[in-house]
Amino acid sequence: MSSVADRDLRISKLTKEFATFTAVKSLDLVVPQGSFFALLGPSGCGKTTTLRMVAGLDTPTSGSIHLGDLDVTYEKPYRRPVNTVFQNYALFPHLDIYENVAFGLRRRRSPEVARQVDEMLALVELTSQARKKPPQLSGGQQQRVALARALINRPEVLLLDEPLGALDLKLRRSMQLEIKRIQTEVGLTFVHVTHDQEEAMTMADTIAVMNAGVIEQMGSPTELYENPATTFVANFLGQSNLIAGKIIGREGDVVKVQMEGTVVSIPADRAHADHGDGWVGIRPEKVLIAPAGQPIDAPGNHMTGAYVTDVSFVGVSTQYLVRMPWGQELMAFEQNTGVRGIIPVGTAVDVSWRPEFAFLLDASQDVNAGIEEA
Amino acid sequence: MAVQAPEAAPPPRAPAVRPRRKLTGYWLILPGALWLGLFFVVPFYSLLATSLYDPNGSVLGGYDMTYHFANFVDAIKDYWEPLLRSLGYAGIATLICLVLGYLLAYAIAFKGGRWRTLLLVLVIAPFFTSFLLRTLSWKLILADDGFVVDALQSVHILGADDRLLATPVAVIAGLTYNFLPFMVLPLYASLEKIDGRLIEAAGDLYASPVRAFFKVTWPLSLPGVVAGTLLTFIPAAGDYVNAQLLGNPNTRMAGNVIQDLFTKTSDYAAAGALSVILMLIIVGMVMAYVRTAGTEDLV
Ligand SMILES: Nc1ncnc2c1ncn2[C@@H]1O[C@H](COP(=O)(O)OP(=O)(O)O)[C@@H](O)[C@H]1O
Ligand SMILES: [Mg+2]
Repeated sequence: MSSVADRDLRISKLTKEFATFTAVKSLDLVVPQGSFFALLGPSGCGKTTTLRMVAGLDTPTSGSIHLGDLDVTYEKPYRRPVNTVFQNYALFPHLDIYENVAFGLRRRRSPEVARQVDEMLALVELTSQARKKPPQLSGGQQQRVALARALINRPEVLLLDEPLGALDLKLRRSMQLEIKRIQTEVGLTFVHVTHDQEEAMTMADTIAVMNAGVIEQMGSPTELYENPATTFVANFLGQSNLIAGKIIGREGDVVKVQMEGTVVSIPADRAHADHGDGWVGIRPEKVLIAPAGQPIDAPGNHMTGAYVTDVSFVGVSTQYLVRMPWGQELMAFEQNTGVRGIIPVGTAVDVSWRPEFAFLLDASQDVNAGIEEA
Repeated sequence: MAVQAPEAAPPPRAPAVRPRRKLTGYWLILPGALWLGLFFVVPFYSLLATSLYDPNGSVLGGYDMTYHFANFVDAIKDYWEPLLRSLGYAGIATLICLVLGYLLAYAIAFKGGRWRTLLLVLVIAPFFTSFLLRTLSWKLILADDGFVVDALQSVHILGADDRLLATPVAVIAGLTYNFLPFMVLPLYASLEKIDGRLIEAAGDLYASPVRAFFKVTWPLSLPGVVAGTLLTFIPAAGDYVNAQLLGNPNTRMAGNVIQDLFTKTSDYAAAGALSVILMLIIVGMVMAYVRTAGTEDLV
């Protein structure tokens, strides 16, 4: 069926039911070998449960997990070529850093333990801490020990469960780059769980957005950001303006939508609904505004009769809230290029965006999904 | 900092604060120190003195302090058998307690679920009855016509004329029974503290359940093992009730000899010397044990 080199992680119809609660619902996922894969979702959506099933620490209620052609669904954790960086690190307090890192090698009676441990400690820059006990290290150092302890076994899949959650923002940013560098260097498959959308976007080749036990959408960071398929993804990954519309129908490469008196055309590959009601979505930085009557340097849907209700200046950009004639407030983020001054509150403005930047979502979805969690 | 900027720390403040803090510590120690002084140091000193009395004295004629160090040599010569027996019986009982207690504590800590508290109460429930009564009832349990002997005879582990009561087996069984809770409680306290995620991490790192136990659970439970074995061995080695009620004249332990020397033959000097010897042996063994177990390294 597939070549020997194919060691993709394939999860199909994976379900986990606890006594009163279904944490993971028929989840399908393919993680290509060697990729940096992020599982992104709000707290409690089932990310840890999914990882634990891949690691063998929880038994699935149904479904299967394959590594290449190998079915590991019910394989014992200590027989799987999978290692985990635990959410709380779970370092062995009675062993020093060196022995923590050597633990997996010793269990497998691997040769050349000393050389491998030394190399790994050098990779995570902890050589000088080798003989300390875990509680003597800082949070960031403990995090690197946890990473080294798992990585040294060269697992086919490395699972990282919110590995940076306990670190402060600055350290988190530098560890993100560090982990990304190490992944590129060792070329192993990383499955990185996080609830931080920025972290997922900076680190991952592919992101799967998870919500309430199911995968909402999967793709590259740009795909997910530019072309979200659900209101949850549109709101959880960045921010979105969602405007109610009536779908007229498909005409060639576009889907026409009647939106508050304007007919807008949305590229067919960005339309995730094709009849009835829909949400027309547009990212705030794609929304351009200008004082009424002045030209807007974007050909597109041109709407008049709006005015500015709120301005926040955040340095690199200015974030406007604009009340549209139909009463809805839209967000418009403008780069602070210095070409034009800040438009004051109350100013009448025209609003425009390029139709190819818009997307169309099914109106049956909750317009506020994912806003609270993000 | 303080050296470079002395004006930042006004001199009158420092002496006012520091002595008071030091004194608080002494006040807290005081009740315990008084207690120990009255009921340990003074009696111990008197015991030590007794052990050096002239062995020819008597309760009626009084004892002379002659610094008779030969008392110790004599005590070892005369009573090395009960001394060794004390250590042997206590050692065997401690080992059995460790095995039984570890299984029990492990089961309660990791598999007890919502029954944990109830199970712990059951472990200490025997303490609600007197030590003496419980040991006496073992006399009934191990009696020649009791169900234990009957059962063992019917499966031919015991011969028709063999008995349990008044044998070393009975003494060790009694010691094991009486001191088991002292083993279980510290073991439970240690095991219960172990983060289950560490055992999962060991499994994730290729340790089978058995290896995970020996590489993670066991080392992390060592403080409980050390505390439990000490709390079991020390009182068991000094015990005389079990040997007296469940044993025979040939199972006499050091405690029984000391009791007899004090209360029956009134040989105070020999009793004192034997007590001090038993104490020194136990202290020596405990120190060697704690040093090898290296508990200060453990978390
Ligand atoms: N052992 C369990 N028993 C019952 N419910 C559980 C158990 N473990 C997790 N859950 C529930 O499953 C859901 C998903 O949990 P989890 O996978 O830990 O979420 P995440 O890691 O995404 O925050 C949560 O609502 C949690 O309460
Ligand atoms: Mg989690």
